[in-house]
Amino acid sequence: MNGAHDLGGMDGFGPVDPDPAQPVFKAAWERRVFAMTVATGFLGQWNIDKSRHARERMDPAEYLATSYYEHWLHGLETLLAETGILETAPAKPALKADQVEATLRKGATARLLDEVAPKFTPGQRVTVRNLNPTGHTRAPRYIRGRSGTIDRDHGVFVFPDTNAAGTGASPQHVYSVRFEARDVWGPEDTQGATVYIDLWDDYLEPA
Amino acid sequence: MPGDHGHDHSDVPSDLALRVKALESLLVEKGLVDPAALDVLIDTYETKVGPRNGAKVVARAWSDPAYKARLLSQAGKAIAEFGFTGRQGEDMIAVENTDTTHNMVVCTLCSCYPWPVLGLPPVWYKAAPYRARAVRDPRGVLKDFGVTLPKSTEIRVWDSTAELRYLVLPQRPAGTDGLSEDELANLVTRDSMIGTGLAKTPGQGGAP
Repeated sequence: MNGAHDLGGMDGFGPVDPDPAQPVFKAAWERRVFAMTVATGFLGQWNIDKSRHARERMDPAEYLATSYYEHWLHGLETLLAETGILETAPAKPALKADQVEATLRKGATARLLDEVAPKFTPGQRVTVRNLNPTGHTRAPRYIRGRSGTIDRDHGVFVFPDTNAAGTGASPQHVYSVRFEARDVWGPEDTQGATVYIDLWDDYLEPA
Repeated sequence: MPGDHGHDHSDVPSDLALRVKALESLLVEKGLVDPAALDVLIDTYETKVGPRNGAKVVARAWSDPAYKARLLSQAGKAIAEFGFTGRQGEDMIAVENTDTTHNMVVCTLCSCYPWPVLGLPPVWYKAAPYRARAVRDPRGVLKDFGVTLPKSTEIRVWDSTAELRYLVLPQRPAGTDGLSEDELANLVTRDSMIGTGLAKTPGQGGAP
């Protein structure tokens, strides 16, 4: 969706404040929101893409006017309401204190073992399809319609668009695609930069 | 309005704190979270897992060419040699800074960050100014961090849109021959592993 979360290339936010004294959590409630979000993720009622999409659906004006952990709070409340797990008992028990370390250490990879042929090969020129889905997507607006070069093939991963919609993992290759700054921002760009973006097969077409 | 003013003198409205407290009470009552598990989760990322992990990885890569080769070809496995594995670091990529290339990591869509090696992201990494400008004006962003690189240096910005997490391998500073891995790790800042800073030189003061 073309939401307020899709910030790449926007102007007007001012300089970055790299204040080294900034703590990871600015208030006690932020700690609890972080931990509740991580802990409830293990109930198996949603996945990371649904979770991201719940934050992205925040009213755009509100999203830009609120802090990071307010986005998380909004996302968690949305997921709880939509899954109805406050009314019906979840299939899995709550994460216990003595399970935390091993559970975090294990992680949950989005890499899949499915044998899927890649549609593109390193060195190939590709164009990002001009898709504007109203659901979740991980192709940022600033890169749609732009052309770049496949830098490397990361292998087969879950596809966020369908995973967030609850319609399956749609296993496919993810590539790091290299874009010249001028091909993204136009001939006036003077940065001498390149942007590498991880993109799935379904976002790309041959250039 | 003194009546609205709680004991918390931060800029956070107290109704937010109350809303979170109410939510936690409800989740505990419904058996969906164990408050003791929340405490462990918070403690893990506030005191145990942080950029000192990544600094050890970088210091070894500076000291041991074979390790550096492993890190750049199979970052996840190389980092796992230290036991730094798991959530938000399941699939890792390390990118190397050189005399001609400087790497910088951003997540324009949310806040993707390699937790096992760097901990939770700093506030600026998650906020709009960095997410908006890193891909468009990376030299300007670096300037905000006090870093100016030669015009000839190619800046590579990595927008972490997928479930790959990026660690920047900063350049080893000059004048560090003969330093031990522990001494080298002290020169590796968090920001140098995101790519918004450079590693410290010996004797240089504290930096994030």
